[in-house]
Amino acid sequence: MAQVSITSLQKSYGSVDVLKDINLEVEDGSFVVLVGPSGCGKSTLLRSIAGLEAVNGGAISIGGKRVNDLAPAKREIAMVFQSYALYPHMDVEKNMGFGLRFAGTPKQEVAARVAEAARILQLEALLKRRPRELSGGQRQRVAIGRAIVRKPQVFLFDEPLSNLDAALRVNTRVEIAKLHKLLGATIIYVTHDQVEAMTLADKIVVMNQGRIEQAGKPLDLYYRPANTFVANFIGSPAMNMVEIEVTGKNKARTLAGGELGVPLPARAKAGDRLTLGARPEHLTLGAPGKGLTGQLDLVERLGEVGYAHLDMAGGGRFIVEVRGDVKAKRGDKVGVVPDPAKLHLFDANGKACAS
Amino acid sequence: MRSRFSTIAIHAVLLGYTALALFPIILVVMNSMKMKRAIFLSPLTPPGPASFDLIGYHRVFSDGAIGTYYMNSIIVTLGTIFFTLLFGAMAGFALSEYKFRFNKLLGLYLSIGIMVPIRLGSVAIISLVSGMNMINTLSALICVYVAQNLPLAVFILSEFVHQIPKDLREAARCDGLSEYNIFFHIILPLLRPAMATVAVFTMIPVWNDLWFPLLLAPSGGKQTITLGVQQFLGQYVTDWNAVLAALSTAIIPVLIFYVLFSRQLIRGLTSGAVK
Ligand SMILES: Nc1ncnc2c1ncn2[C@@H]1O[C@H](COP(=O)(O)OP(=O)(O)OP(=O)(O)O)[C@@H](O)[C@H]1O
Ligand SMILES: [Mg+2]
Repeated sequence: MAQVSITSLQKSYGSVDVLKDINLEVEDGSFVVLVGPSGCGKSTLLRSIAGLEAVNGGAISIGGKRVNDLAPAKREIAMVFQSYALYPHMDVEKNMGFGLRFAGTPKQEVAARVAEAARILQLEALLKRRPRELSGGQRQRVAIGRAIVRKPQVFLFDEPLSNLDAALRVNTRVEIAKLHKLLGATIIYVTHDQVEAMTLADKIVVMNQGRIEQAGKPLDLYYRPANTFVANFIGSPAMNMVEIEVTGKNKARTLAGGELGVPLPARAKAGDRLTLGARPEHLTLGAPGKGLTGQLDLVERLGEVGYAHLDMAGGGRFIVEVRGDVKAKRGDKVGVVPDPAKLHLFDANGKACAS
Repeated sequence: MRSRFSTIAIHAVLLGYTALALFPIILVVMNSMKMKRAIFLSPLTPPGPASFDLIGYHRVFSDGAIGTYYMNSIIVTLGTIFFTLLFGAMAGFALSEYKFRFNKLLGLYLSIGIMVPIRLGSVAIISLVSGMNMINTLSALICVYVAQNLPLAVFILSEFVHQIPKDLREAARCDGLSEYNIFFHIILPLLRPAMATVAVFTMIPVWNDLWFPLLLAPSGGKQTITLGVQQFLGQYVTDWNAVLAALSTAIIPVLIFYVLFSRQLIRGLTSGAVK
């Protein structure tokens, strides 16, 4: 296995810059998940690492070796595509052994490695089937098997689970986590799914418009987002945000006029505008007049927990996590009290303020 | 649900058309098995005990050259199909897979041939072929037919290559296949249904053509069967039995090719590649 390091990577399609100055270190044997909104360049980054796209600048190295000018097969990577991309005219066994056969691996070794992968992925009974005779989950496993048999340095996954139904997704997710432990492989994984990202990753990389917004451990991103984008993106429901004006030491008011006591950074002066962020679980509903003021719109009950949606005075909507019964009815004025220790503050540029 | 009436009407129209299309063929086959007198006296009646006669077939098969002519036709047709499909698929792959500067223009240039009949260039072709000392060779015929059929083949096949998911080629690239191996091991097998379609389109006009065999290979034992049959058509006497028998047997190879290719026409080969 090997580490991957990417420095100042740039990629453009014609005049459109898709990747702008990407710097990323993927440690040996770690599981790195790329997340970000649609079109932010996740797939492009993955394909650049794979060598399926030529890059315009910067360097990619795998296992300490610069691979910019190497063909995909020479980079010792294996890619699992969202569409699986199994060869339709070959059975499962051939699909998995195809790459090895072309690399000139002896027949017995190919057979042994295919058998090994089939055992790990429980595909033994399906070896003689064609892809069209398999279910979605089985195709997925074959696609992973095809990657395993090549014993690559790095596995690249592009939204591998997005075509599976919810139950199968959970299963396969667990399988992938186990596989990662078993193989000790370096994995770079693209997903849209927060749960996948949080549960699988050693390190999450949040991308936006071709840049990396923040990279770090899942919980670090959750508790210490570096900017409003990451704060918004990680966590579901998203973090609530409201603009505030500093009025004094550890005192601020919302633009709608509500007074708040919040721990402010030392260099905040009266009159500064900041953005206050609070996760739904760090807010509680209270009597009107306490903290921020909002009007209850609806309550979604998901069993034990629920989410109260509020229209805030001064515009914007908040989502507050509630447990047990909510006495207030639709249209009632309620107070929203934040937990001062769990607040996030962002400056005018959206960067987190050091507290 | 469709009404019963419209179902019947549709079948009536289709049956009528089938009868119309098959009529000349049936007439030829029927009359090839009759005595000469019967052919002229009652061309529309099927062969009966009194009129049945295989003299035409005897004459065709006892003529040593006819076998060669069949062989020539088969070689020319198969050769044409082979090279048309190979080059057509290669060009189709290149045009839809690789983005280069004059890609669109080249595609357009290749498809102009669909609209311009190659026979307009007959004079130039004859002088070219004779200049290369290739008159009365089968290779000359194959070359001309490949040129004639390539534009449509490229056009159809590049559309089909386009439909093969891009991920498959990239998976193959990750698997370490060279571009040639991707073409021969991934693209070609998946193009089989499309190639069968093109083969059928190509085969029939080539098999039936009289024009280029007449111009480029009229003698020297290199005649195709359509041309070879002409020897039974004399200025004064025409051996109708032999002509009809030769035409009837000429149907058989095309029929066999057609059955072979149409098996491949079954679609759905690519299903299951991607979800
Ligand atoms: N071949 C191409 N030509 C031009 N632009 C492209 C091409 N491929 C991708 N792009 C653009 O590059 C940007 C990034 O695309 P990419 O596929 O990497 O997004 P993504 O983050 O994977 O999105 P998604 O989550 O929807 O898969 C997009 O804005 C897209 O329009
Ligand atoms: Mg993508």
